[in-house]
Amino acid sequence: MLAFVIRRFLQSVVVMLAVGLIAFAMFRFVGDPVNQMVGVDTPQAEVERLRAALGLNDPMLVQFGRFILNAAQLDFGISYQFRQPVTRLLAERAPATLELAFTAAGFALVVGVLMGVYSALRRDSVLARVFQAVSLVGVSLPTFLIGILLIYLFAVQLGWLPSNGRGETVTLGGWWTTGLLTRSGLRALILPAITLGLFQMTLIMRLVRAEMLEVMRTDYIKFARARGLRTRVIHFGHALKNTLVPVITIAGLQLGSIIAFAIITETVFNWPGMGLLFLKAVHNVDIPIMAAYLMLIGFLFVTINLIVDLAYGLVDPRLRIALRS
Amino acid sequence: MSIRRHWLAALAAFALSGVSAEAVTLRYANQGDLKSLDPYTLNETTANAHLGHVYEGLTSRGKDLRIGPGLAERWEVLDGAKRWVFHLRKGVKFHNGEDFTADDVIFSADRVRATGSNFQTRVPKGAKFTKIDDHTVEVLLESPNPILNAQWDTWYIMSKKWAEANNAAAPTPASATTPSHASLNTNGTGPFRIESHQPGVKTVFKVNPAWWGKKEHNLDEIIFTPIPNDATRVAALLSGEVDVIEPVPVQDIPRVNSSANAKVLAGPELRTIFLGYDQTRDELLESNVKGKNPFKDVRVRQAFNMAIDKAAIQRSVMRGLSTPSALMIAPSLFTHSKDFASPKFDPEGAKKLLAEAGYPNGFEVGMDCPNDRYVNDGPICQSIVGMLARIGVKVNLNAQPKAQYFAKVLKAGGYKTSFYLLGWTPGTFDSHNVLHDIHGCRAEGSPRGESNLGGYCNKEVDALTDRILVEADPAKRDALIKQAFEITTKEFAYVPLHQQALSWGVNLNVTLSQRADNSVLLYWATKK
Repeated sequence: MLAFVIRRFLQSVVVMLAVGLIAFAMFRFVGDPVNQMVGVDTPQAEVERLRAALGLNDPMLVQFGRFILNAAQLDFGISYQFRQPVTRLLAERAPATLELAFTAAGFALVVGVLMGVYSALRRDSVLARVFQAVSLVGVSLPTFLIGILLIYLFAVQLGWLPSNGRGETVTLGGWWTTGLLTRSGLRALILPAITLGLFQMTLIMRLVRAEMLEVMRTDYIKFARARGLRTRVIHFGHALKNTLVPVITIAGLQLGSIIAFAIITETVFNWPGMGLLFLKAVHNVDIPIMAAYLMLIGFLFVTINLIVDLAYGLVDPRLRIALRS
Repeated sequence: MSIRRHWLAALAAFALSGVSAEAVTLRYANQGDLKSLDPYTLNETTANAHLGHVYEGLTSRGKDLRIGPGLAERWEVLDGAKRWVFHLRKGVKFHNGEDFTADDVIFSADRVRATGSNFQTRVPKGAKFTKIDDHTVEVLLESPNPILNAQWDTWYIMSKKWAEANNAAAPTPASATTPSHASLNTNGTGPFRIESHQPGVKTVFKVNPAWWGKKEHNLDEIIFTPIPNDATRVAALLSGEVDVIEPVPVQDIPRVNSSANAKVLAGPELRTIFLGYDQTRDELLESNVKGKNPFKDVRVRQAFNMAIDKAAIQRSVMRGLSTPSALMIAPSLFTHSKDFASPKFDPEGAKKLLAEAGYPNGFEVGMDCPNDRYVNDGPICQSIVGMLARIGVKVNLNAQPKAQYFAKVLKAGGYKTSFYLLGWTPGTFDSHNVLHDIHGCRAEGSPRGESNLGGYCNKEVDALTDRILVEADPAKRDALIKQAFEITTKEFAYVPLHQQALSWGVNLNVTLSQRADNSVLLYWATKK
């Protein structure tokens, strides 16, 4: 088992190095950061001096080595645009992204499961058909379009909810900012969370519906009915419980992508999270922020996959035996 | 326990906000960030306008861009513009209560010229600043300069004591490894002070009750949020969540104007959008003409000028929101601009000229164009491709984001372009800058012509430019400028297209002055 863990861990390190190298190679094509840092009428000598001071004239491998060494110590350098440590900028933005991602995931899970169960149990009802139609929209419409439609309807036309930003925030413990404790913060969270969670919600709904229909046909449900158990117990005590195993696996794996793909939702709603920071960094060729963000997302996926792999090892006895021999 | 305390704090804040409901807050959103608060870090209109609420220069520019007194009440120009004496305003205090004196001016003059400053050209290198008394400063120049103070409205004066006490005596260099105090904090003399600044998220300005000047606004607070996404910014204006946005995308202008609570303030901007072509290389980098450079032939350049229908661009691409231009400078910045006219749109004549020059079937050329820098820059270039196709010139358009575009075409990238679109606002609001920076002959080691990407060169124009710099008589100076522009337009140094329009979205209960350099200055705003 230990050997398996170590092997998986080493593989993860290799993946992270590869992510870093690919990200670094891409930066050569995003443009020249120095032009974004100075006005157009800056003397050329000054531009050259700046480029040398930033180490942009060094060979790529030297730059990459320097980057990896610093990154290993969690030092991602100073942002070109803001002249502030990237680690601090990302840490300031992380609460916004995480709150949005977890709210979206929670929304997707709760609403998705409820809708899935309902449309499996009352397959032919009108509401179930409506749910199916909604899920089609969620799967097929791109996130930014859904976001803009929601803004247009609920912020511009009806004026019920804010169109952008995070509302008022409260600082907890000096390092975490939350919008969950203020009215405006909660109101601001609704539209982006729905936008971000809609795709996952439809995914979960369809999964639950399919699994549930499958389970309802199995023998133990028939036996349960034959024993005269109440329908409620059969549906929620037996059928739903057995449906949830794959749902939880999928939801866990999707959490990583919710955080990573929050970029689009954050841009549409001007949500001050890490994704928005990253997108602006791309526009301004702020390499330190881009590099740190890509490494962070890479780290997130690698960690989640590592945990899932290890969990399989724990859960599946066949895998355990195979490993032992 | 700590959560409960925060609840209480939130409740208290809520109650307080109820009490101070009288306070007037103006919310402003721009597509760009306010990156660093250090006023010498980035020379860019938006940043300068933001910081202009907090910091002030020795001079100021009014709503019509006229130079007026600022921290200097008046000044004398002596010895043929070689010696300047500035009389500083008395009783001015920085936001932290320190007095403003001559020492701060001398300190700022050193700091703005130090390594890492992006404003080094604001003050000539050899200029000597001497303190005569606490409120008089003498500036001795190496050579006469009648427009010395043309850009001093955005050379912001910083406090010597404050900067030195906070280890910020040098400008924050872009390559710094530790954040500097001045990039996160401010201490100016202006009508507002910055209460909190979260880079890229939100900046809160509070009114400075001790400001020396006469207040022309009724605001207590300005909340600035960058909103880069066009659709979101417009939605925030339409829903009334923000009061002022800049810019409104051209295609959204009718929508904003037809809404019940906002309108678009439009006006001519000072930026001139133009096309340039490589006139120096012996063979173009991106063309099927080998062994020679067609743009070296003035007939080809004239043909390009005649083949482009500026009125059509204004009508269909800019939707009326531009002013076609015959000159490389905005008409409001040069008195004799009425005397110049664009060559008539005449594709047949252009074709004939091309044939005379030896290209009866036209030729092929690559074109570089930014697609996220100027208003509708990408579509302008596409329309130009079509217009030039009519005279047989096949343009291979390479439209890309500004980051890649500028990396390719500017000096740092080796001027690697054959044909390009660019915009230029003279930083000094004066023709000399246009003649020097984008018409001057390029030479190694000289700043002249550094932004002259096509390498147009005429020694006669350079000589005139040098005379314009030192000519102190305005009428004579304008005549010299006219003479220079006559040469450059006759030689078709560029294809000037238009001045784009400003487009600010403003809530109907806000009144605001719009300045033609696109500086959003909210100290001229009132909100009902």
